[in-house]
Order: sequence, then structure tokens, then C-alpha cells
Amino acid sequence: MPTTPKIELQGVAKSFGDNAVLKDINLQVAAGESLVVIGTSGCGKSVTLKCLNGLITPDRGSIKIDGVEILGGGRAALEDLRRRFGMTFQFGALFDSLPIWENVTFRLRQQQKLSKAKARDIAAATVTDLGLAPHVIDQYPAELSGGMQKRVALARAIADKPEILLFDEPTSGLDPITGGVIDRLIIDAVQRLGATTVTISHDMASVRRIADKVAMVHNGVILWCGDVKQMDNSGVAEVHQFVHGLAEGPLTQTAASKQDGQG
Amino acid sequence: MLSFIQNMGRTALNFLSALGRITLFSVVAIRWIFTPPYYWQQFFRQTLDIGYYSLPVVGLTTLFSGMVLALQSYTGFARFSAEDTVATVVVLSVTRELGPVLAGLMVAGRIGASMAAEIGTMRVTDQIDALDTLSTRPMQYLVAPRLLAGTLCLPFLVLIGDIIGVFGGYIVGVFRLGFNPAIYLSRTLEYLEISDVTLGLIKAAVFGFLIALMGCYHGYHSGRGAEGVGRATTNAVVSASILILISNYLVTALFFGV
Ligand SMILES: Nc1ncnc2c1ncn2[C@@H]1O[C@H](COP(=O)(O)OP(=O)(O)OP(=O)(O)O)[C@@H](O)[C@H]1O
Ligand SMILES: [Mg+2]
Repeated sequence: MPTTPKIELQGVAKSFGDNAVLKDINLQVAAGESLVVIGTSGCGKSVTLKCLNGLITPDRGSIKIDGVEILGGGRAALEDLRRRFGMTFQFGALFDSLPIWENVTFRLRQQQKLSKAKARDIAAATVTDLGLAPHVIDQYPAELSGGMQKRVALARAIADKPEILLFDEPTSGLDPITGGVIDRLIIDAVQRLGATTVTISHDMASVRRIADKVAMVHNGVILWCGDVKQMDNSGVAEVHQFVHGLAEGPLTQTAASKQDGQG
Repeated sequence: MLSFIQNMGRTALNFLSALGRITLFSVVAIRWIFTPPYYWQQFFRQTLDIGYYSLPVVGLTTLFSGMVLALQSYTGFARFSAEDTVATVVVLSVTRELGPVLAGLMVAGRIGASMAAEIGTMRVTDQIDALDTLSTRPMQYLVAPRLLAGTLCLPFLVLIGDIIGVFGGYIVGVFRLGFNPAIYLSRTLEYLEISDVTLGLIKAAVFGFLIALMGCYHGYHSGRGAEGVGRATTNAVVSASILILISNYLVTALFFGV
């Protein structure tokens, strides 16, 4: 008997004005599994991720978490649901006006009364786990480098141990070493929490490290989805081009023909 | 011709739907003002910014307005030998009209713009979405404290502005126009009624609400990128200023003769 997937998307579609970004997304992620979503820039990966915890409401389709439909359930249901998610954003989205310790313990402090000292201790412990010096908790996001900000964002997302983690390009814009460190942190965190994760990544080395399963979004649908080990012989030309970062191929042709159509 | 009518119709419809959206936005935000958790820290930060840091701007504006008003009304009233009314004219104009409107317009430029820019930046950098993912309602955390602070702070700001404006009139009256200080002061208070001041303060509260509302609304619905935030900021200041002038007339008309 097949078990209920942790996350299940069926026929999800979303347009912004005339721009039909998602047309028919179907996906399943099993509990404890790590799915990585790949695809060319602007294909709708971030939008897909934001649909999962209700930041964007799809026009059509169904999204189930543990077999329970999340769409159309009202605000209170959505707020309950979001407590089970942790998320990092493509551009960090740390709160500029708050020091790092308040950023990291933001949700904890919304949910329970924590003394300032206690919150700072938790924040210091969390950032040290992620390889940052404890004194950064008194700095502001603008004072940190991009890589440090990514780690703080990670710390904020996992601070209260959610069961589902969404990471939007956690290693983009980082040097390979720092990227590798972040991948390690993600794998560690996930193993410790036993969380289900959906990660967006452009970085194939990183994909190979963190993925159990890979899904490629293209033209608003899931073009290919399979085990990370089968990624290299998927038999799909677009996946082949993407994985090997080739300039020539079906992906570039569609981009070019799109531009022709617009011009 | 037909397309002209079509455009008119479309403009009217857009206007009405914007009005509807803004009303809905403010109803939701007002509801969150009265629902726990209360974000006092946010509220105090805004209070400081609106109430305290706007003091110099508002003080200077009303000071010089009071001064020029004394000069101008003297010129006018001297033509029919009614110079002694200068003190009364200054105090009534400042408390009923100039204090609230000028303070409102100055604060609209300062606070409306900064709210729209701050919230707009949070929107385009996904910080508002991040709030949602961290079990915090952005409307309650960002918008509600700002509306409350705006509504409560402006009356205080205007009260101080009134005093400074009247003082400006006094300076000019006494040192430039040669009024006797004691007589100028007693003229100032003689015809002033409590209702003149309260009318001004009611206006101030309305303006404070509108400024914060426009700043938050435009920031919250900011378009994407730096350009979107820039446009949100401009829209917030322009719409707040226009709404101040419109509501100024409406509030005055409502209390006319009272
Ligand atoms: N809030 C929004 N309003 C309007 N259009 C949007 C919005 N969010 C995304 N889009 C559009 O949806 C499309 C997909 O955007 P998305 O951010 O999901 O791309 P992506 O796959 O994450 O790309 P990248 O790899 O560059 O991050 C883009 O064309 C974008 O312009
Ligand atoms: Mg993206």
C-alpha cells in the first residue's frame, strides 16, 4: 500500500496577468525526502515554492500536506499550516531593522514568552552550529557578508525545528567552499530534524550533494522528475542540457524563439 | 468621442476599486490594532519617529507661518483700521487651519515617504513574506502600529505646532508691529474657544491616520524592484497630501458653526 506523500501538488497553475508562469505542476515528495527543483531562470521555481506554504495562492489545482488540502481553508488554517514550515528566501529576506539574534529567534518569540537572555542564548547556539562566531548575534544583517546572511537565514528557518523546510537557492552567489559548507549544514539539519525538504538550486554540484530526487520545471510543467542518480541519463534533452550547462540545446532555442515572438 | 467616454468610465472604475481596496485595507488593519498580540516595540519606534523627530520640521513651519500671518493680517486689517484683531486672527487661523494642515503636509512628506519606502523595501525583498512564514501577520506587525502611532501622534505634534505658531505671531506682533505684549496675549486668548483647538486636533488625528494609511498601503502594494519602491513612495506622499486637503474641507464643513 503506498503511503501518503508529505507534499503533493496536482494540476497547480498560476498566472500573473497574461504571464502564465505555472500551467500544470504535479509533484510528490515523500516524508523525509529531499527534493531539489531545477530549471532555467524565470521558469517559476520560486513561485512554486511559495505556493507550498500559501504565500502565493494558485489559480487552479490542489496542494496537499500529509494528504490534507491546504487551499481554500481560510486564514487561520493557513497560519497553523505555516508553523510546520521553515523557509529561506532567494535574497535572504532578513529583517534589516532587527539584530541577528532577533532575526533568528523571531518565530520562537512570537510563540512563547522568552527572556531576552534566553533568546540570545538560543540565537548564539544556533549560529555557532552553523559555523558563525557567537558575537554576530548583535550585528545587523547589512553588516554581514552574503554568505553569512545565508547562514543566518538558514538559522532562522530551522531555529524552531519545523517538519518541512523550503530553501530558495541557499548557495547561489557563494564561493564553492562556502556553498559546500551550506550544503553540509542543510544535510545535517535535515538529518537531525528528520525534515522533508524542497530546495531550489542552480548549482549542479550542490544538487548532487543534497538531493534524493530532482524535478525540472520547464514551460510551467514538471518536465522530468526522478531519482538524482538518474539525472545524467534521464533521456530528456532539456535535462541533459541543464545538467551539463550547455549553451546549445532545446532550452536556449525556446528562449530565443520566445524573444523572437516578443520582438 | 466614444473612446473618451470609455476612458472616463475606466478612470472612474479604477478610482472606485482603489477606494474599495484602501477601505478594506484599513478595516483589516484597524481590526488588528485591537487584537493581541500587541507589538509595543513597533508602536514606540513609530511614535518616536512621527512624534519626536518631526518636531523640528513642524515647529519651523508653524513658527514662520505664524509670523507671516501676523504681518499679512496687519497689512490687510490696517486698511479698515482693525489692526487690533491681528492676535485673534493669528490664533484662530493657526489652531483651526494652518497648524493641522501645514503639520500634516510636512509629516506626509517625511513620514508617508519613509513608511512607504520601508514597507515597500520589505515587500520587494520578501521580508513581508518572511514575516508570514514566521507566524507573524504583516498587517498586524507592520501596519497596525503605524496607523495607531500616526493617529495618536499628530494631535500632539499639532498642539505643539499651534503654540509655536502663535508664539511666532506674538514675536512679530510685539517686536515688529509694536503691540503691547500683555494686550497681544489677552487678545490671543480672549476669543479663542476650546472648540477651535479641538477642531484642529481632530483634523490632526484624521491626517495622521491618512498619512500612515497611505504610507503603509502604497508600501505594502509596492511594485517590484527599486523602481516599484520609488513609485510607491511618490504615490504615498501625493495621495496623502491630497487626502489631507480634501478631508480638511470635509472635517471643517462637518463642524461648521459648531
Ligand atoms: N509577485 C509577482 N508578480 C508578478 N509576476 C511575478 C511575481 N512573482 C514572480 N513573477 C513572475 O513569474 C515568473 C517566474 O518567477 P520566479 O521568481 O518563480 O522564477 P525562478 O524560476 O525562481 O527564477 P530564478 O532562477 O531567476 O530565481 C517570472 O516571469 C516573474 O516575473
Ligand atoms: Mg527564484
